[in-house]
Amino acid sequence: MNIFKLSIKNIFNKPLSSSISLALLVLGVGIISLLLQLNTLIKDQMDNNLRGIDMVVGAKGSPLQLILSSVYHIDSPTGNISLAEAETISNNRMVGSSIKILYGDNYKGFRIVGAEKKFIELYKGVIKEGKDWDNPYEVLVGSKVYEKLKINLGDELISSHGLRETGQSHDEGTFKVVGLLKPSNSVIDQLIITSPQSVWDIHETHDHDEHENEHEHEHEHEHDNREITAMLIKFKSPMNIIQFPRQINENTNLQAAVPSYEISRLFKLFGFGIETLSYLAYLIIIVSGFSLFINLFNSMRERKYEMALIRTLGASRFQLSTMIIFESLVLTISGFILGLLFSRFGVMFVSSLMEESINYNLNSLKILNEEYWLLGLSVLIGVVSSLIPAIQVYKMNISKILADA
Amino acid sequence: MLKTKEVEFNYDNQMFFKFQNIDLNSNENLLIIGESGVGKTTLMHLLAGLLKSNSGSIKLFDKELNQMSSYQLDSFRKNNIGIVFQRPHFVNSLTVKENLQLAQYIANKNDNTRIESILKNLNIFEKSNKKTNQLSQGEKQRVSIALAIVNSPKLILADEPTSSLDDNNCSKVIKLLKKQATDFGAQLIVITHDSRLKKHFKKSIEL
Repeated sequence: MNIFKLSIKNIFNKPLSSSISLALLVLGVGIISLLLQLNTLIKDQMDNNLRGIDMVVGAKGSPLQLILSSVYHIDSPTGNISLAEAETISNNRMVGSSIKILYGDNYKGFRIVGAEKKFIELYKGVIKEGKDWDNPYEVLVGSKVYEKLKINLGDELISSHGLRETGQSHDEGTFKVVGLLKPSNSVIDQLIITSPQSVWDIHETHDHDEHENEHEHEHEHEHDNREITAMLIKFKSPMNIIQFPRQINENTNLQAAVPSYEISRLFKLFGFGIETLSYLAYLIIIVSGFSLFINLFNSMRERKYEMALIRTLGASRFQLSTMIIFESLVLTISGFILGLLFSRFGVMFVSSLMEESINYNLNSLKILNEEYWLLGLSVLIGVVSSLIPAIQVYKMNISKILADA
Repeated sequence: MLKTKEVEFNYDNQMFFKFQNIDLNSNENLLIIGESGVGKTTLMHLLAGLLKSNSGSIKLFDKELNQMSSYQLDSFRKNNIGIVFQRPHFVNSLTVKENLQLAQYIANKNDNTRIESILKNLNIFEKSNKKTNQLSQGEKQRVSIALAIVNSPKLILADEPTSSLDDNNCSKVIKLLKKQATDFGAQLIVITHDSRLKKHFKKSIEL
């Protein structure tokens, strides 16, 4: 038997009031920790996919939509731009490197992206099995896609038109899986990647079917008509990020968007909700502190004879006060630990939801620095709420209590 | 062993007590008897070091209680004095055995065989793992005696141990207390208004 054990026995002796304080604290800590985790994970994931892309050029429209579609692959594209115009921009002396990407089709909801091979290098994609594509209609498949759809090397995928599962299927759009990519924890995990030529080919034949007669005389211009969806650009010097996008937006009918700027704008929108929610959570923590205080205060009154007894057995005032603070700390620290567990389950839950809808994966269970602050806050709440009861016990007049009995 | 001299005590200048001198030798038990309101409980608290007198001297085991700090009194109490209260008090979240273990822990002791032998001696060993609120009145009283003697005190102070008991039980409890005191080598001071106890003590004073 010792003071620590006694504190725990006392907590379990009053399961109802102990668990109310505990539940409030778990809720408060859990919500804050969940918000912190999600915020960090989403930011990490966003930054992770942003690497090496200073600017995106695409069709006019919403800049955020352009970024979401061509960098994160979670929104529909703003439209297509002509290859010739894109080439002019990529030849500009300010451009360090550029990657052209184009959409057209999907396979069971996963996007098929036509892209230059540099695209895979950008995300440090490594081939796990098979080889790179050499010919049109050969594809590399991202890790989440083959895991989810059980795709093996050599399988043939019949694509559907558009980016949604419900699109019309192309009869000719049969892709052959020549390589599987290792998980890279970036967007390419959820993509099916092929050469730009494959996507052009499939849509040319498609167009030909529909407009064979009308377009026959234009056949010689065929190459000028080729289009891409967007172009990912890295500048030679970071300074160019200021003037070049504006030049494009003002002087051409293309749109240039800067991902880092759009994403921080998006986070500012998010941020408002997150802030409100975290104020609410802090309020819950404060209420849990009050509830803890009231519990301790009441139990001190009920247990005054107990306290007097422990004093007559020879315990010092200090030991008794320590016991009260201990009781409170045991509750708040276990509240903190349960709160972290709660938030981890929350992250897993949200992550599974997000994976369903936008194929994003958030799985990291490390403890953030802010969560150590939360531990500090829990300890502080524990100490503050037990301070008055502890002082009361310290000042207790045992003789008077025993004489009143 | 116990020597008091002109001990005076007053509560907030309202109640004033002046106690007669006590002189008790080693190996003697003592009955302090008095009507309600003469300051019996006050005297007991003074002897136990729970209160400090305003003037006079209380010498217990050659130590002057009035010169000790509150911390020294706590430590003196846990090493020398066991108290049996009029109404038994326990730590309700603990079992009988755990209450006794807590008392030992406070006195920096840890001796389960002693706990067992005390509980057996008091005939409540089979209640060891019961919570104290599951005990009968008589069992509670015996557990409170166990609590008073678990740390081998040299002096047992009992405050009105028999006031609510019938003649039969009164005599049983006082015999039990005296037996425990003898068995574990402690002296016994009983403070009460119960005149039935007079016949059990050789030495008694009236307040």
